[in-house]
Amino acid sequence: MSRPSPLALVATVAGLSLLLASCGDKPEPSQYGANPTLPKPQRGLLPSMVIAEPGEWGERRPLVPDGYRITAIATELKIPRQTLVLPNGDILVAEGRGGNAAKLKPKDIIAGPIKAAGNTSVKGGNRLSLLRDADGDGTYELQSVFAENLNAPYGLALIGNALYVANQDALVRFDYREGQTQASGAPVKVADLPSAINHHWTKAMTASPDGRFLYVGIGSNSNITERGMEAEVERAQVWRIDPATGAHKVYATGLRNPTALAILPGTDQLWAVVNERDELGPNLVPDYLTSVREGGFYGWPYSYWGRNVDPRVMPQDPEKVASAIKPDYALGSHVAALGLDFSVAAMGGAFANGAFVGEHGSWNRADPVGYKVVFVPFRNGQPAGDPVDFVSGFNVDGMTYGRPVGVTVDPRGALIVADDLSNTIWRVTPETAVTPPIPAPADAAAPAEDAAPVDGAPSAR
Amino acid sequence: MVATLERTHLRAIHPLHAVLLAATVPLFLGALLTDLAYLSSHQIQWSNFASWLIVGAMVLCGIVLVFAIAGLFSAGSRSRGGWLYFLLILAAFVLGFINALVHGQDAWAIMPEAVVLSAITTLLACAATWLGFSGHRVGAVP
Repeated sequence: MSRPSPLALVATVAGLSLLLASCGDKPEPSQYGANPTLPKPQRGLLPSMVIAEPGEWGERRPLVPDGYRITAIATELKIPRQTLVLPNGDILVAEGRGGNAAKLKPKDIIAGPIKAAGNTSVKGGNRLSLLRDADGDGTYELQSVFAENLNAPYGLALIGNALYVANQDALVRFDYREGQTQASGAPVKVADLPSAINHHWTKAMTASPDGRFLYVGIGSNSNITERGMEAEVERAQVWRIDPATGAHKVYATGLRNPTALAILPGTDQLWAVVNERDELGPNLVPDYLTSVREGGFYGWPYSYWGRNVDPRVMPQDPEKVASAIKPDYALGSHVAALGLDFSVAAMGGAFANGAFVGEHGSWNRADPVGYKVVFVPFRNGQPAGDPVDFVSGFNVDGMTYGRPVGVTVDPRGALIVADDLSNTIWRVTPETAVTPPIPAPADAAAPAEDAAPVDGAPSAR
Repeated sequence: MVATLERTHLRAIHPLHAVLLAATVPLFLGALLTDLAYLSSHQIQWSNFASWLIVGAMVLCGIVLVFAIAGLFSAGSRSRGGWLYFLLILAAFVLGFINALVHGQDAWAIMPEAVVLSAITTLLACAATWLGFSGHRVGAVP
């Protein structure tokens, strides 16, 4: 589908910004890891805005490493964001689009349609879909609507037989019985979540390993306080909520937009991917993956990557800056990390120990970055080494075919990737099961069977 | 005698031209005052007001610029006044556009350029309005 007029506008804006920006967007070599290179802030009179034209996948497929296979297990969804693999292997998909931020400045009205050109035109589903592969052949033949009339659901977590859904305005609970394909009733509200304006609306969520708490990520209400300091009360935080009472504790602050949360397996440690601020140039500020310390302050809005003061915030706060924690691992500027999950041995040797990160892709950069799923190798519970592309080919030759959001590791040995541009759920599996699969409850798969069928044909449903 | 007649022969500008020209002054001035309010209070809403006032000023200034260009080519405008008027309006338009882009930055990033540009454009709009309403003294070259 071509949309000439907004794209012409994009081209114009990009051209103008190249004229006005003092220098071009040269990719910086090293913006990964614990000590990224941070150039000086720079911005021309117009921010660089490049959003590649959306295209249809057709026979094309995302690229995965040798020895892995990717299939589309669900298509024509209504903006899939995050997924949850249930104990019986069913997959829940949260679908929707939130945010109700008013357009306050002329800039909001001009930039809005440009960014929208890179997103799907489908209306958000505000629902959960359930996908089931009953016979374990890798084809998810059942696709049902599990729950409807939600409000931009995003974070999902299952504790025992309680299914928690983080809507953009509230944490709600469904009762869940294994094997259910449809919720048995309307959800019960557990707690309100900050939702005024909702510039960054996504409420990421994960459960503590002991099931006592839910961690919920609440994004800031602006890029960098341009909606006023009052709008930032209870924003850019991670909350720890007691699902039994709905009471919350502010667990960490200064995390501009914590878009995905996960617990490192074998530990109680919470990790997050966080989207950092824009309009400081093509190579600032790196989005990051970090362990989240209880009570920690991670800089936003006063500073970035530790104590680098952001002069756009007034009044400033040197005391807060002095207390700002430097994140663990830079993922690169503007990649828009929106998904995080830790791997398991069943994903295969090189990808067994580490974190998968879904990168939605940049808008504030002349040379687009992100638009892929990367794997960050871990050693001894810490990131070790540069990220490796795990799923790519979403952005090729100026065309965008898909934009990854949530990534979820199926413990049976599969990575589930939600793509909110082509409205598809992708499933990546090792071509040869690396370890005997965990015995499936009922109909155990034949012993030497691959994790997925060999038909490389695109599964168009 | 002839010279005296010519000196008092003022060419009034078109009423539409006049009202648009005059209206640029409170808009540019409003942007300056709201920028100053943001500078002293750190309350972002003043900055939002400034952004919109500049947009309004630029719409009017753009139309006035067309009038000014047309005026250069109309009969009896060989005077320096016509050119000076045009240059003032052109400068207000160009700096106003840059000011609009400056105001497109987030929060305190607009400072101090915003206040400086708003002050200059206000002065330019005042001067152009003064000159425009004084009429172009046709043939009255000192």
